[in-house]
Amino acid sequence: MTQPVSPPRDDRTGKVPPAGQAPAWRAVWSRADVRTLSLLGVLAVLVLIGGITKPDQFLDTRNLQLVLTQASVIGVVTVGMTFVITSGGIDLSVGAIVALASVWATTVATQEYGFGGILFTSIAVGVGCGLVNGVLIAYGGMVPFIATLAMLASARGLALQITEGRTQVVTVPSVLDLGERDAYVLGVPPLVLVFGVVTVIGWLLLNRTTFGRRTVAVGGNAEAARLAGIDVRRQRLYLYLLSGLCCGIAAFLLIVLSGSGQNTNGNLYELDAIAAAIIGGTLLTGGRGTIVGSVLGVLIFTTITNIFALNNLQSDVQQIAKGAIIVAAVLVQRRTASTT
Amino acid sequence: MSAGAFLTGCTSNESSDKDEPAANDQPAADDKPGKPVTIGFAGPQADHGWLNAINDNAKKRAEKYSDVTLEITEGSNDTAQQIGQIETLINKKVDVLVILPADGKALTQVGLKAMRAGIPVINLDRIFNSPQAYRCWIGGDNYGMGLNAGHYIGEKLKDKKNARVIELAGLDNLELTKQRTQGFDDALKNYPNIKKVARQAAEFTVESGQAKMAQLLQAQPEFDALWNHDDDQGVGALRAIEQAGRDDFLMVGGAGALSAFQAIKADNGVLKATVLYPPTMAASAIDLARALGQSKGVGGLAEYEIPASITLYSAVVDKTNVDQYMSTGFK
Repeated sequence: MTQPVSPPRDDRTGKVPPAGQAPAWRAVWSRADVRTLSLLGVLAVLVLIGGITKPDQFLDTRNLQLVLTQASVIGVVTVGMTFVITSGGIDLSVGAIVALASVWATTVATQEYGFGGILFTSIAVGVGCGLVNGVLIAYGGMVPFIATLAMLASARGLALQITEGRTQVVTVPSVLDLGERDAYVLGVPPLVLVFGVVTVIGWLLLNRTTFGRRTVAVGGNAEAARLAGIDVRRQRLYLYLLSGLCCGIAAFLLIVLSGSGQNTNGNLYELDAIAAAIIGGTLLTGGRGTIVGSVLGVLIFTTITNIFALNNLQSDVQQIAKGAIIVAAVLVQRRTASTT
Repeated sequence: MSAGAFLTGCTSNESSDKDEPAANDQPAADDKPGKPVTIGFAGPQADHGWLNAINDNAKKRAEKYSDVTLEITEGSNDTAQQIGQIETLINKKVDVLVILPADGKALTQVGLKAMRAGIPVINLDRIFNSPQAYRCWIGGDNYGMGLNAGHYIGEKLKDKKNARVIELAGLDNLELTKQRTQGFDDALKNYPNIKKVARQAAEFTVESGQAKMAQLLQAQPEFDALWNHDDDQGVGALRAIEQAGRDDFLMVGGAGALSAFQAIKADNGVLKATVLYPPTMAASAIDLARALGQSKGVGGLAEYEIPASITLYSAVVDKTNVDQYMSTGFK
């Protein structure tokens, strides 16, 4: 698996070393491969643990469908988050945008427009919030942390105002049916299909397009990118739009999954998405990002939750173990990466 | 929200024998206008169906009395902010305070402050640390909720050999969740044929209810009954059950949401009953505050004063009595 990388920067000068240093490039490329392999290793160990402790329930098609379905919503959010982090930014508002989009799309008025209305509203609200984030950050000169924190607060507030704390149950049959077993395509739940498509598009966008290279360049060194002729501000605007779009898609998936919209939806998604991206190997400081790593990060988290639930471990134990596994996964990665 | 409809008959104030309200000479509160009372009401942010119903109940009840003025604060989950709001109400010199603290322990001091300032406090549901901080506590019975859910399931399964029960709890960070689980476990001890085989904690949200229930269903291919602590997360749990295509067990809910009552009445799914945690307690708190402000007792009781503590009963609502409770269901 090839990973997009920016040339390593000199720590003291912040300058990008001249091109044509093939050995250095190759070292970075193979390091990225090792990173992915070590993530697969962690996932394999988890599958082993699950398979040993609960062979009947864990190693079961229905369980695979369950884990992938549960990973879909946060997975789509994480793909968008990966782009933002790769560009050196952060989006703290993803959970709140999912909440706002899901409640806006499930009001009685929206539901009257049926499937299309719910889908359109989810995505429009997501993109709209992303647009506000992007404009504030790219053209308003706000720090991403602050701008998206403000969006977090106001989107959650607006979501609460719309629902007044009530659960909005979806009554549109075509939306509900999409979450049922009958809708599975060759055994694959539609939610998982969407997650797969978003992942593939995200991978292509980051690794095979100018857009992806610009994202990495902005994250690696925004000033150098500007001097190289990249419209950094427009790029940033697009990135937060993209993150908002992913939130809108995730909101729709969540509506299908839970059959409702609630202002508490997307609780702490920002932390889950950031954690998955970082574990996956995306640099929090920007300049390096990996979609495959992020998706593996999401799958690791979802699998852990699944194994704990199947073994009837309580939430206190779950939280402790989750923290320990995050530390362990990152340490293992560091070690394997530094020995190559 | 049909709060208006059920306000008749949920407290004892409308007792028919108004001529002889109590065995003593102390007048009991009734519907007739009396001395004007200003009641200050401070609650947490209504970000959950039940809390929303609490606010509705308080407001509707206060509107019913021409002699009651309700000073209601913007709900807040922030301890410092709620303390500030209550201090404002103290400074306004309201006659009685009704406080549902976001965190009972953290708001004890401001309760004490109000009492010292001569403003009696009705402590609603989440209890203060010290009895000195309130004149009267009224609230739900979390332990009793678990107990009644356990007994209901126990009676349904008592003739079944090796019956298996699972529990979908609420937020484990809250003491009330522990109390509910304790009550449930204690009730099940009366039925040696029943074993609780699994328990997972959700977060009172639809999303978490769906996620945790889906995992529980995968973990337990066969079980006979499920108790879900909260009807809000129950919406998600029912969705997961539907998605898994399971209908081979009996489900009991908690709290008393309208959607749960409707499902119980329709009787075409796994949800057969729910255990109440009635939001009508907020209406009762307004009644108590009014009685306090007018120096009256509670109708139907012989006492000269209103009681220091009132614990509500967590009734089980199933198909046989759901019509009676339908109007109290919250959205």
